[in-house]
Amino acid sequence: MKKVIMGNHALSYGAMLSRAQVIAAYPITPQTQVVELLSEMCADGTLNAKFIKVESEHSAMAACLGASLAGARTFTATSAQGLALMHELLHWASGGRLPVVMGNINRAMAPGWSIWTDQNDSLSQRDTGWIQFYCASNQEVLDTVIQAFKVSEKLMIPSMIVLDAFALSHTYEVVDVPDQDKVDAYLPPFNPPFRLTPDDPHAFGGLTSPEHYMELRYKLQKDMEKVPALVEETGKEYEKMFGRYLGQVDEYLCDDAEFIFVTSGTAGYTARVVVDELREKGIKAGNLRIKLFRPFPFEKVRSILSKVPKVAVVDRNISYGHHGIFYQEVKSAMYGQPHQPVIFGFITGLGGRDITRDTFKEIADYALSKSQAEEEIVWIGVKK
Amino acid sequence: MTKERKMTLTIPKEELMSPGHLACQGCGASLAMRLALKALGQRTVVCIPACCWAVIDGPFPHSSLDIPIYHCAFETAASSASGVKAGLEMVGDTETTVLAWAGDGGTFDIGLQALSGAAERNEDIIYACYDNEAYMNTGIQRSSATPLGAWTTTTPVKHYKKHPKKDIIGIMAAHRIPYVATASVAYPEDMVKKFKKAKEIKGTRFIHIFAPCPAGWKSRPEDTIKLARLAVQTGYFPLYEVEYGEKWTLNLKIKERKPIAEYLKLQGRFRHLKDDEIAMIQKEVDANWERLLKRCEQ
Repeated sequence: MKKVIMGNHALSYGAMLSRAQVIAAYPITPQTQVVELLSEMCADGTLNAKFIKVESEHSAMAACLGASLAGARTFTATSAQGLALMHELLHWASGGRLPVVMGNINRAMAPGWSIWTDQNDSLSQRDTGWIQFYCASNQEVLDTVIQAFKVSEKLMIPSMIVLDAFALSHTYEVVDVPDQDKVDAYLPPFNPPFRLTPDDPHAFGGLTSPEHYMELRYKLQKDMEKVPALVEETGKEYEKMFGRYLGQVDEYLCDDAEFIFVTSGTAGYTARVVVDELREKGIKAGNLRIKLFRPFPFEKVRSILSKVPKVAVVDRNISYGHHGIFYQEVKSAMYGQPHQPVIFGFITGLGGRDITRDTFKEIADYALSKSQAEEEIVWIGVKK
Repeated sequence: MTKERKMTLTIPKEELMSPGHLACQGCGASLAMRLALKALGQRTVVCIPACCWAVIDGPFPHSSLDIPIYHCAFETAASSASGVKAGLEMVGDTETTVLAWAGDGGTFDIGLQALSGAAERNEDIIYACYDNEAYMNTGIQRSSATPLGAWTTTTPVKHYKKHPKKDIIGIMAAHRIPYVATASVAYPEDMVKKFKKAKEIKGTRFIHIFAPCPAGWKSRPEDTIKLARLAVQTGYFPLYEVEYGEKWTLNLKIKERKPIAEYLKLQGRFRHLKDDEIAMIQKEVDANWERLLKRCEQ
């Protein structure tokens, strides 16, 4: 059934269709509508789940982890400061191999207080062992929640579904909400190999000596490495059942491109307007939107960018003292490859400053006028 | 001719805790767990945050308990237990008792927010705090459960603890949860009774257990029970319970309280105290005792 819904509600519908059993959440702008709708669904019986209204994001994640270990499918959502407060438990989730699925609305970190979008909140959690999907439409948000549960529960690794504050969270779009029975056919009930039960008592997460700890982390990495192929497999399966393919990346006119914007989140769709304009002028432009950020889709990115002379990586984030984070990642992926494109790094749109058609035009003008990347960071739209 | 006297054993014989655990000699916390599990039985799940019990249980892949354990983050005993309870119910297990088992640091300090949240929501869990009055697992640093006058590695003799212990029972009673009680390893029948009572109640139940720590208190391991008993007999740690924040009951009436000095002198952590300082502590114990009696009379 087609509905006009906001990005936040796409997360709620995704969790509902996935039959999340325990939800624990704490309110933070711009996430609130996600959990407001879920609490209504729990209250009126649309969703058979327990909603734990905790007193902090830290407790939200703690409760999700406890419920997940008990064998329940769990969901939560947060943003920025809330995600930062959860940080300790993000490690707990992946280290404990608990497949929680969480929505994170990208919001800039304080101070100064900001409720507007940028990616430093979720990218600061890069090394916590979570799968991260950056979405660009409400449809993709809803579909990816369902896919994420399937991927997470197969590998016992948690997933984060990331969407831009306001640009997606509060933007209404037409979304095809799939039928419950079809989702049930795609996503079987959660049935973990071990769980917290007196019927089969185990101690989970106890003191682990140097003799054992490293193997646990090795196994986590080995399973992380299986994610890209599983995303492809489950994405194709989703396409067969629902008509929409869910991949690691989203390409736009990349096949013959001589210049590619690498983007993430909603900025990718703006880039495509400029791609079309450039093509009208005879410049073979394209857009590679990276959806799966962790694990990094090395093979996909390499196969696409190795044919291209020039790449402009657009970051709505920064690693202070280093560069834009997607820029680092793309450069790292291309290092040592037989063909290395010239890779430019642009930082723009921090704290919710709009990324517009003009932003991409400026980026294109800069990159097309240079034969080498003279600077590691090119700031766009900053008042210096 | 003396009449034959028979005592009835009220403590279950079943052992859910095995020997071979890693507790120190004379550890009150290990005895507390053994007794609590005797009362609660095997259909119990325990959430243990960072505390001595995170180690006592035994390193991976060993465990000294015959019940499932979730080793959770320091400040999450109550929130983890809330999640476990919800999760178990959603997978069809409504019978299992969910126990949060934390030290005083994890309860009085870092876990207090999560505990207050769980109590306000009246989560259907038992929260037990075994109180050894400092961060013992990290090497005897003061917590807000450390008593007035005590030495710890962060309250050195020259600057011993100047503030009284936080009134955790008062805080929990103010949440008006169904059941709040104190218990002591020196009174095992009382402790087992309280855990059994707690098990039959729905909602948040909080049990504060006095658990001496010879390593941290600089006391003799063989004095653990003696110290725990003296704590009750001096009125320093009375045995009482509070139902729904309203009904306060003193479980063990002490006709003549022993002087606090008898309790303090057996512990190296109080060795530096002079007579006037001991008198100050006695005054505080007296005031707390009178306040408790008044509450229990109402």
